[in-house]
Amino acid sequence: MRRIAIDRRGFLLGALALGGCSRVASSRVGQTSLQAGEDATHFVQRLLLRPQNLAREYSASAVSAIFKPNGSTDPQDATYKALVADQFAAYRLKVGGLVEHPFEISLDELRALPARTQITRHDCVEGWSCIGQWTGVPLRALLERAQIKPQARYVVFRCFDTMDDGSLTPARYYESVDLVDAFHAQTILAYAMNGAPLPVAHGAPLRLRVERQLGYKMPKYLSSLEVVDSFAGIDGGRGGYWEDNGYDWYAGL
Amino acid sequence: MSNVAPLVFRHPLPIRLAHWLNVVALTILLMSGLQIFNAHPALDIGATSNFEHPLAAIGATGETPDRGYVEVLGHRFGATGLLGVSRFGGQPTERGFPAWITLPAEQDLATGRRWHFLFAWIFFANGLVYLAYGLSSGQLRRRLVPGVSELGHIGASIRQHLTLHFPKGEARYNVLQKLTYLVVVLGLLPLQILAGLAMSPGFDAFAPWLPEAFGGRQSARTVHFVIAALLVLFVFVHVAMVLLTGPINQLRGMITGWFAVRAEREET
Repeated sequence: MRRIAIDRRGFLLGALALGGCSRVASSRVGQTSLQAGEDATHFVQRLLLRPQNLAREYSASAVSAIFKPNGSTDPQDATYKALVADQFAAYRLKVGGLVEHPFEISLDELRALPARTQITRHDCVEGWSCIGQWTGVPLRALLERAQIKPQARYVVFRCFDTMDDGSLTPARYYESVDLVDAFHAQTILAYAMNGAPLPVAHGAPLRLRVERQLGYKMPKYLSSLEVVDSFAGIDGGRGGYWEDNGYDWYAGL
Repeated sequence: MSNVAPLVFRHPLPIRLAHWLNVVALTILLMSGLQIFNAHPALDIGATSNFEHPLAAIGATGETPDRGYVEVLGHRFGATGLLGVSRFGGQPTERGFPAWITLPAEQDLATGRRWHFLFAWIFFANGLVYLAYGLSSGQLRRRLVPGVSELGHIGASIRQHLTLHFPKGEARYNVLQKLTYLVVVLGLLPLQILAGLAMSPGFDAFAPWLPEAFGGRQSARTVHFVIAALLVLFVFVHVAMVLLTGPINQLRGMITGWFAVRAEREET
């Protein structure tokens, strides 16, 4: 009987400790401590990853028959629906913020720029993966055309879609990357998927590909790019829709 | 009281610290890992996911009443109450693993990831310190690497264990213990870290060979899950052996370092 008693005490201690876990996670100190893991990962991956480290590119035969669309798949926002009805003829991507030459660019003009095509694996934060082929304009080309100012640190991507799955506060999707990823060779604004124009479910007319990070870092339905020096004053202030809901800003793990 | 068992100093401080830190880290890694798994409660082989026919999956029928199941290679097993559908806040809820074994209890992938990766770093650092100490002090070899003569007794040792005649209170580990610890410490635990890293798109860009070594990212995820299950099995056997071979003496050994050799049977 004594052994069972020890066992039970151990179990109760464990239960107490875990009850404490959620209290730790919601406290300020706990949040900062939990943040330390992300900071360590970000620091180490930035040390390890050189610009020439590319995400693996696959052969055409590896492309997934079913590429799962996730997040918004059919935005109901009026502005977006008008663009779809018009087949994006009136679409203009706005590039602005901390740049010398803000500009707007149409889909046809984007398609006329030198493009990059890559067949890559898309890793969702939920754990699944799909392989798809993406064609688009390297983000670098647009940033070089706009000429970012010296104090620029991040590129913020604004989107047309409002996220509203009923569980979180509805908000426009947005995302951001630092200049390391913004200027990476595989970072493209994709207008085609698997050889066809980007479908609405996958972010028509334009989505971001940041191949060395998780799926939620690759916003769909892009409306504008804004070069900034901090996230202060932008929605929740953490650099993205999911980040404002507790997810890591650096999503390389 | 004349034959008081002599105490030997069995576990040096760095090993005791590493052991208890691992107890905490692996518990949190398991529970937060199951939280992460619940976001996509299916396993696959290869680079990508097969949403229609996964290798294995936990799911719910969505009927009234809702029923949970596990599906492995197309074979379905009912698991209501534990897997697929379990009670949370008094309500039957659709979720892979039940709330009592995930961290946090409610479905919260973001917080689960934070716990998992923070303690993955703690676990990794702990392992490095343990290995550095174990190799430099010779403890790793002395404690865990069996000699040739010991290996010759492996049959006898297996027989002893199968008939529950365990060596109790020996200063050194027996050959089965050594081999098991060796497989866990130098095999499963490092492999578990590598399988975890193989799921990182950032790390994969640094080391594209890593996911390939596992047969693709989804294979690595499956390996990560299976190794976690093997580690749980190891802990069950480990704790059972502690209970069967004098738990007070064993616990004193791992807390204070001092261990009674030829300990008397607890039952008598």
